[in-house]
Amino acid sequence: MADTAKIWLDAECAGKIRAHGMQTYPHECCGALFGRDGSDGKPREIVEVFPLVNRRDDSPQNRFSVSTRDVMAAEREADAHGLSVVGWYHSHPDHPARPSEFDREHAWPWYSYIIVSVEKGVAREMRSWQLQEDRTRYEEGEIEEVKGREKVKE
Amino acid sequence: MSVKVMIPTPLRPHAEGKAAAEFPAKTVSEALGQLTTEYGELKRHLFTEEWKLRSFVNVYLNGEDIRYLSQENTPTKDGDTINIIPSIAGGAPTPAVSVREKLSNEEILRYSRHLIMPEVGMEGQLKLKNAKVLLIGTGGLGAPLGLYLAAAGVGKLGLVDFDVVDFTNLQRQVTFGTSDVGKHKSEAARARLSNLNPDIEVTAFETKLTSENALELFRDFDIIVDGTDNFPTRYLVNDACVLLGKPNVYGSIFRFEGQATIFGMPDGPCYRCLYPEPPPPGLVPSCAEGGVLGVLPGIVGSIQAMETIKLILGSGRNLKGRLLVFDALEMSFREFKLRKNPRCAMCGEHPTIHKLIDYYEFCGIRGEEAPAPDLHVPEMTPRELKARLDRGDDLFILDVREPHEYQICNLRGHLIPLGDLPRRVHELDSSREIVAHCRSGKRSAEAIDFLRKAGFKKIHNLKGGILAWSDEVDSTVPKY
Repeated sequence: MADTAKIWLDAECAGKIRAHGMQTYPHECCGALFGRDGSDGKPREIVEVFPLVNRRDDSPQNRFSVSTRDVMAAEREADAHGLSVVGWYHSHPDHPARPSEFDREHAWPWYSYIIVSVEKGVAREMRSWQLQEDRTRYEEGEIEEVKGREKVKE
Repeated sequence: MSVKVMIPTPLRPHAEGKAAAEFPAKTVSEALGQLTTEYGELKRHLFTEEWKLRSFVNVYLNGEDIRYLSQENTPTKDGDTINIIPSIAGGAPTPAVSVREKLSNEEILRYSRHLIMPEVGMEGQLKLKNAKVLLIGTGGLGAPLGLYLAAAGVGKLGLVDFDVVDFTNLQRQVTFGTSDVGKHKSEAARARLSNLNPDIEVTAFETKLTSENALELFRDFDIIVDGTDNFPTRYLVNDACVLLGKPNVYGSIFRFEGQATIFGMPDGPCYRCLYPEPPPPGLVPSCAEGGVLGVLPGIVGSIQAMETIKLILGSGRNLKGRLLVFDALEMSFREFKLRKNPRCAMCGEHPTIHKLIDYYEFCGIRGEEAPAPDLHVPEMTPRELKARLDRGDDLFILDVREPHEYQICNLRGHLIPLGDLPRRVHELDSSREIVAHCRSGKRSAEAIDFLRKAGFKKIHNLKGGILAWSDEVDSTVPKY
């Protein structure tokens, strides 16, 4: 297993996530994270983001949902680049970047869930979370923004 | 009869890293059953304790959602592919879904007298735990409100107050102790309530409620409780509640009389239905001016706390559309029907107010807390008065306060209450130099204005009244 206490997030990807959150404010944005798990205890790397449409039109200001079709499209797209879907991102408009109870109930283990807090239209903190295997709680992973890392598989 | 099951990436660590596995199976259920037998760890992620597929697990057979086929009983044939596809959803916390579903053993003990009542029970106590109530004002009404709502286990309490605790508050604002004097009320109350119940979240907003911050502050709360003592804030709380569709649990007190009701309920009236216009400034005195018996806010605030809890529990008959009027001297409760006014500017059929306005201007009050129109009357400072008395000047001291105030403290002046002045003006000698005073200099300014119009020439108002006299000349004179 890779070291999950830390993830490497491409700085350009981080910018895209923030921009997406601000663009959809006051609604939640969502998207997939493409990357690969590090070997030899290296952190998981996220090298590309894949913005998706929030399919919740009943309460998009505090809910997001990705359609199965979009999940499959994301997986196909990741595969085409020789990457995997290693997680998902979404925004919390005017709420801290901590997972809600609703997030926990709907989360999967292994995935990295990146949450960006967007306060009054401005992206603030961004944090990454991973559901523990017993489904009881999240563990936070440190995000390290890295610049200019190689985007495709060697 | 072999069916291929595609394993999603998050679950591969539990399936020896495999992306797919093949099993002989006649139905989807059989295939998944074999998968979880083979890889025991997967069970927890795919199924609930009752062996139902988890809500966030989507299963597709040859690209079709089994929910639209025969669900788990959908038959399979040789060469079929089953895809397990994660459902990706989430979102920010909201009252409806970020529900705290359990009480700890300590909480069960703490709320035991609630829990053993069927009208509250576990369900009701959890409603209280998940409720978010914002108290406007932490003073006389806010004291029992905060204490009882915190004790009852209301999960999130917000306290809005910009004021500082002073000695005159302690007679009725029972949240505060003597050691709190000088502290910010919202913070002192927060500390007290957190100590009373550490299981709840209490947030202090040390700010004045304004048209600029009200909607933002109210947004995170389900119920707003108005414990203020002035008209601009009452109209502001009312309008913000109507705009956001949140109930406003209202209470007010004056001397021996209290009122309570709930405004802003669906189909119910709002404060403007009852009072479309504020009274002229100065007509209705505040507690500081008119006085209040300390127990009264205790009773009215407790009624507000009870109504708030009933709203949260959804039980009983609440005060919507009824104004409850309590007379402490008579010890009687009366009830008045309140109707929604179809012409109400705020909540009527054709509302004309769509956003928050300047409530000080609306209530005829210019600037912060400047209720009295400025009377330009000749003044004398306490120090000047002292110096002239010490010199032996012939000055006539006129005290225009009430007799019961004279008993608290006095400057040995001649007592004629302001209201009696017109018919007792003959007691004054216009040839002598007169210095009039009251508690703060406000009433005596009116007295001087009256005397000036009556032809008196040698008249002065003691600037700042007895309060200033105590500060500047003689600290043995008590302030009240």
